[in-house]
Amino acid sequence: MPLHRTTSNPRTVSPSIVRLRAALAYTAFALTRAVLAYTAIIFTLQADPILAQAASESGWFNADRTQALVLGVILTGAILLYVVLAASGRPLFIRKIAGLETVEEAVGRATEMGKPILYVPGLNDMDEVQTIASMNLLGHLATIIAGYDSRLHVPVRKSLVMSVARETVQQSYLSAGRPDAYQEDDIHYVSDAQFAYAAAVDGIIVRERPAACFYLGGFYAESLILAETGNSIGAIQIAGTARPPQLPFFVAACDYTLIGEELFAASAYLSKEPRMLGSLKGQDAGKGIAIVFILAGSALATLESITGSETVREVSEIVLWLFR
Amino acid sequence: MDVTLQLWIDAALTLMILSFLYRDNPFYKFAEHLFVGVSAAYLMAIGFWDHLVPNLLGKLFPSLMSGVVPGAVGRSPDYYYIIPAVFGLLLLTRLVDRWAWLSRWALAFIVGGSAGFNLPRFLDSDFIIQVQSTMIPLVVLDQSGNLLWGASFSHIVLVLGVICGLVYFFFSVEHKGVLGQVSRVGIWVLMVTFGAAFGYTVMARISLLTGRMEALGAWLATIF
Repeated sequence: MPLHRTTSNPRTVSPSIVRLRAALAYTAFALTRAVLAYTAIIFTLQADPILAQAASESGWFNADRTQALVLGVILTGAILLYVVLAASGRPLFIRKIAGLETVEEAVGRATEMGKPILYVPGLNDMDEVQTIASMNLLGHLATIIAGYDSRLHVPVRKSLVMSVARETVQQSYLSAGRPDAYQEDDIHYVSDAQFAYAAAVDGIIVRERPAACFYLGGFYAESLILAETGNSIGAIQIAGTARPPQLPFFVAACDYTLIGEELFAASAYLSKEPRMLGSLKGQDAGKGIAIVFILAGSALATLESITGSETVREVSEIVLWLFR
Repeated sequence: MDVTLQLWIDAALTLMILSFLYRDNPFYKFAEHLFVGVSAAYLMAIGFWDHLVPNLLGKLFPSLMSGVVPGAVGRSPDYYYIIPAVFGLLLLTRLVDRWAWLSRWALAFIVGGSAGFNLPRFLDSDFIIQVQSTMIPLVVLDQSGNLLWGASFSHIVLVLGVICGLVYFFFSVEHKGVLGQVSRVGIWVLMVTFGAAFGYTVMARISLLTGRMEALGAWLATIF
């Protein structure tokens, strides 16, 4: 006879049904948000007299951009599909990203040396995707730093970035169980002027001599100035940007560089958060589509160039409609 | 301001900043703090008069702002702008601990709105147009049907380079075997591109240095 009286007879639910329920709930939630966002956008557009007049003259649908709509639906559909799969508990593989493995090592080194860690989130504001990715990485880094009890210094160029960075770092310290270690003043505004900001960060680097410098976000002409100064004091430097003109400088002056999309993949890689992993997988599907169309497009263009056939040109027009 | 005095200030600040090449020193610190302070204040004033006044206050209170906002005279208030004004004020709630959480609404709107607005823009410029530009013939012939070796080679390098580069950015699969080899070619393509970009940008930086040297030359000319 059982010692405790069971209140109900628990039904065993198979894990696949649990996953399916989670996936359905997530899809319903995502769709509801999309409908609400769409309603809000239409309301906003109609409320604006200039936009409403433009819409009444040319209509709400621009037929010239049908391809963009179709591609957008395909790509976002792939992303949503993988996000749903990830949310349902399906394991998603992400390859190793060089540089990210050394983040913890860099923080550990700074702790051993008793020196701070410098984090530069780029020059852009919060309307730039690179800054958003940078804030995700900052959150992850702050969690590690809180665990090691090191000091994190984040000079920023934009006031909004400062607000978001403070919020992010505070949350990270809270989740690491070290809210007392959070220092709001270590995340501070410098100046909106590009080279004034660069001069100030250079000053911080040579005076505080951080053991590790992270430059993750959107950078411009100051990238080499910052990376070279960090290099001169012997700090471990990890950089990442999606701005191609600045990548050579980071590659030359830093220990590790996240090239382009690696910056966006990094937050998914570090956090292992299902939605981010799913989104990354969906973007890979987009790259797969691009490769297939480039190969098909080049093959058809070559055939057309050699034969000069009108039929090949017509087939090419139909097959490659999506990118015309 | 007197031109000579302006030249002296210009030259002194340039030399103070360049002194950083030797090491950190009080002159550099002075120039750095001056630069940061002046630029922060200047840009705040610009932000207020060029953005806040014409784009918000001029829309909400046109009669009050008629003296400073051209075209505001006789215009009726556009109450639609109360929404961004409220969001802007919400950002300032960070200054009060008790209400600081409200600023997250404005931040969420900025981040979400930017992501949404950027999607079609980037889809066009970074995806559709890029793919479109890479769909090129690998064999290029001239009007009379002769093979153009240079153009054909260039096209083949472009198409293969783009594909190998794209493979490098595949995160879903381990870069092993054939995929690993293709990805390795991709990273080589990227490195060659970076090398070329590095050289090009260094040339541009030298022209900036030339500009500074010319300013110092003008200053020296006033002395000698």
